[in-house]
Amino acid sequence: MKNNILRLLRKNARLSVENIAEQVSSDVATVQKIISELEDENVIRGYQAVIDESKLSELQVKAIIEVHIQPQRDGGFDNIARRLANFAEVNSLYLVSGGYDLQLEVQGESLQEVAGFVSSKLATIEGVTATATHFILKKYKEAGRLFEDGAEYERLKVSP
Amino acid sequence: MNDSKFPPNTNRVAEHIVGLPKSGIRDFFELVNAMDDVISLGIGEPDFMTPWHIREASIYALENGHTSYTSNLGLLSLRKEICRYVKSNYAVEYDPVSECIVTVGVSEGLDLLLRAIINPGDEIIYHEPCYVSYAPGIQMAHGIPVVVPTYEKNDFALDPADLKKAITPKSKAILLNFPCNPTGATMPLDKLKEVAQIAIDNDILVIADEIYSELTYEGEHISIASLPGMRERTIFLHGFSKAYAMTGYRIAYACGPVDIIDAMMNIHQYSMLCAPINGQEAALEALRNGKTEMMRMKYEYRDRRNVITKRLNEMGLKCFKPVGAFYVFPNITSSGLSSNEFATRLLNEQNVAVVPGGAFGKCGEGFVRCAYAASIDNIVEAMDRIALFLKR
Ligand SMILES: Cc1ncc(COP(=O)(O)O)c(C=O)c1O
Repeated sequence: MKNNILRLLRKNARLSVENIAEQVSSDVATVQKIISELEDENVIRGYQAVIDESKLSELQVKAIIEVHIQPQRDGGFDNIARRLANFAEVNSLYLVSGGYDLQLEVQGESLQEVAGFVSSKLATIEGVTATATHFILKKYKEAGRLFEDGAEYERLKVSP
Repeated sequence: MNDSKFPPNTNRVAEHIVGLPKSGIRDFFELVNAMDDVISLGIGEPDFMTPWHIREASIYALENGHTSYTSNLGLLSLRKEICRYVKSNYAVEYDPVSECIVTVGVSEGLDLLLRAIINPGDEIIYHEPCYVSYAPGIQMAHGIPVVVPTYEKNDFALDPADLKKAITPKSKAILLNFPCNPTGATMPLDKLKEVAQIAIDNDILVIADEIYSELTYEGEHISIASLPGMRERTIFLHGFSKAYAMTGYRIAYACGPVDIIDAMMNIHQYSMLCAPINGQEAALEALRNGKTEMMRMKYEYRDRRNVITKRLNEMGLKCFKPVGAFYVFPNITSSGLSSNEFATRLLNEQNVAVVPGGAFGKCGEGFVRCAYAASIDNIVEAMDRIALFLKR
């Protein structure tokens, strides 16, 4: 049941508790309790809208940044990662396998702002040995959602 | 539609075709399809698009110029994959070289089979309410359709006692469809075993249309072909339309005893030549890598079923919670309307389309078919509107 509820919320976090209860064949009180527990246990960390910024007037610049770091004797990658994660500009942050260590997604209101963050904040942190910044030019898919609308075509409205 | 050049009573059309039952709901279908802004629970096909990996594989096949005929039986690689799939999911083993044929939908498979086994006047027994093309299909093959009704009190499962009563010396085959369109019915194993025994005792064939079998939400689907003594008398019809959301690709298959597959193949080679290669390649991808996406769609159908069954029962349209397919078949007699009136008025007053139960056989009167192959939002909205409709 817990997994089913999470599966539904992953797809659409705005489903009403009543609707979820109907879909998993349970009652509102039980579902509410499970969701509250998931929230209390921080399994559910939050709910967010998936927004197509290209349709908005205000500018937003996003970049993916690869960061190489020199792991510290105590704390490994975690200390540096935590320092970076706390910056409001950083949207997401992962420790990754492969050619670099941390991957950040950073956002700002302009190119200059993001560039400024990289040169004055990120690059100056002790242990950060190199960065590579990739500005995002176009978003095709986010959080499992396609950002281009498919063309309508003629489908039957009733069929046997 | 009358072509004015010819008088309507002209006998240019073959008698057994003139005699085909006219679908009573054609007008209703035309009406719905011409309307904008309908919330439709009337669609007997998945609302999902074919999973992308399958579409992508068929695009790749086109890019590589795979646009030729295939062997009459279908691509051997596909038949091998089908037989592997049938063995592991339905516990029946077939030889891909001689016991499996790829068809243009279960529609063609059923047509081939009926033409292959029926001598004029042979009786084919089937259960109603059922898929609309069974009776006409039997008649087009010069057979006689023999109906066994199924009942609400049995959750529309076939009662073996009723089946027994329909058997005559002319009985050639029993046609089964579980999970069932339009009722969502499934067969409890003990009843299925009784049906198998009746087929064995009377030495008749069983045609198993198992097109909805993957969409079984609780328990396990058992194919009648896997029961003792049944493999040699069962023709297993299955396809990709429903579980893999591939209706437009038109690919299905029949597995069965050599003599019958061979006879079907004979008709198929002259009437169809082969199923389209692009669909066959898409089907191959579906069998090789399609499980995850198929399960994802299946879970969604299950959740929708939970919602629609609960809501219909709450508003007094009683229905059992079906275990398979994507249909519920509520009893609408509490509304005081016939199923045709119910569907027509619901469409006109609330713009919601459901299919009158009478379209699926006489014993479907008093019911309507609601397909839950529609988004959860549309289902919820449709239920709200039906509730409003009933209040007036
Ligand atoms: C019970 C049943 N059999 C067969 C078919 C036809 O399927 P296909 O697309 O494989 O021709 C359908 C389609 O609605 C069906 O519901």
